[in-house]
Amino acid sequence: MISRRAFLFLSFFAGTARAQLPANIAEIRKAQLQAAINKVVGGAQVRQGKVKLDIPPLIDNGNAVPVTVEVESPMTQADHVKAIHLFTERNPQPYVFTAHLGPRSGKARIATRARIGDSGEVIAIAQMADGSFWQDSVRVIVTLSACLEEGLI
Amino acid sequence: MWLALGSAVAAEIPLPERKSGYEFMSRETKAMQDDEVTGPAVLTLLDGEALWGKLGCQGCHKDAAASMKGVAARYPAMVGGKLTTLEQQVRHRNPELRYESRELLALTAFVAKQSRGMPIEASGSKPNVEAGRAFFHQRQGQLNLACASCHDDNWGKKLGGTPIPQAHPTGYPIYRLEWQGVGSFTRRLRNCLTGMRAELLPHGAPELVDLEAYLMWRARGMKMEAPAVRP
Amino acid sequence: MARVVVNVPAEAKKGEVIEIRTLAGHPMETGFRRTQLGELIPRDIIRSLVCTYNGVEIFRAELHPAIAANPLLTFTTVATESGTLEFRWTGDNGFSVTEKASIKVV
Repeated sequence: MISRRAFLFLSFFAGTARAQLPANIAEIRKAQLQAAINKVVGGAQVRQGKVKLDIPPLIDNGNAVPVTVEVESPMTQADHVKAIHLFTERNPQPYVFTAHLGPRSGKARIATRARIGDSGEVIAIAQMADGSFWQDSVRVIVTLSACLEEGLI
Repeated sequence: MWLALGSAVAAEIPLPERKSGYEFMSRETKAMQDDEVTGPAVLTLLDGEALWGKLGCQGCHKDAAASMKGVAARYPAMVGGKLTTLEQQVRHRNPELRYESRELLALTAFVAKQSRGMPIEASGSKPNVEAGRAFFHQRQGQLNLACASCHDDNWGKKLGGTPIPQAHPTGYPIYRLEWQGVGSFTRRLRNCLTGMRAELLPHGAPELVDLEAYLMWRARGMKMEAPAVRP
Repeated sequence: MARVVVNVPAEAKKGEVIEIRTLAGHPMETGFRRTQLGELIPRDIIRSLVCTYNGVEIFRAELHPAIAANPLLTFTTVATESGTLEFRWTGDNGFSVTEKASIKVV
């Protein structure tokens, strides 16, 4: 049975040993994003180029943001885009979509409307048949509606 | 006529300077409105077209493209001596359709679409439009703002990073990105009242119908673009 | 049944790359929103879209909550032969919708 004085003495040291603050949201999201990207690329290097991410840099409303990803590729059996992955930095989770393509696609071009919750980076990664990875990223600014009504109908 | 209303107050937007909310949107959001195949309001229009047949509108009105052409451009209108909104008229044989229900919105959007490109005709009675105009200029709520404070006096400037439009109801019902769906003009007005911290009026409130009549008069001659897309 | 739109050209030349536009009516509830009382609204999204061309899969997409409500997906394929394109959307809570479109390849 430990004395109250001894308990307080020991807990003081335990407290100082764990003095670092818990990770903040920005760090958590960044880590999640990196983990998601690593899951796709493994340890491979992701090169800049070939990919064109078309997304408005200043977004009217984050609930529906038109996005187009196009990748330069002849889309032949030997040389084609296997998949296009889209990620965001500041959403509660980093994935947006994964599109699986092939030589029958003719072109590597996907368009959709995404939800972007906060200003930050949006990253498109193309996975090629030869195992290489290419990317493009855009830093976007998301503004909120001036008057938020929280579901008022 | 009572066009003298226009010259009475200096702060009102001169007719040639009027711009639709469309002009204040980004290129990409405009493209969503212009997309007739896969724009966000397309599904609602298809639902509306199906309901036109299913709910019996077709029985009397036949082909909507012919019978409903120009209709939305002249609402709110006097029906049986009472100022009536498009939504109220659309449910005239189906009063069980509730305000802001999926069905009523779809049907109203489908009817409104038949007036696309046509100029707005002000059809409210003078007393209604006058009452609406008084409401528009009336300071109210915890922030002591009038609609005119933003939409007449400060349109084009930014409020919280978002451009303030002139508040012309040229595109209702709209697909509002903020709502992630289609909604009516009354819903939008209720959102404004909440934002202004003013007293919330219910759907069908005569003040809101009068206000809609005034705003359509204020937008007279501007082209209908329903169903529009707005942020 | 949820409403969907598929836009496929009715006719194309053999070897031509055609654009296919799809739209599906679905709220794409993220699972991150809360009610006024603070309760989490459960996730309910479309998780995948698969497109087959005369039975052969030519496109597949995995969707996540970050896809906007009423998901739009536009992609391309090579017009190889006349026939049927079949689209299948599947998602949470047993969501499953299919739609077909015919194409004539000359």
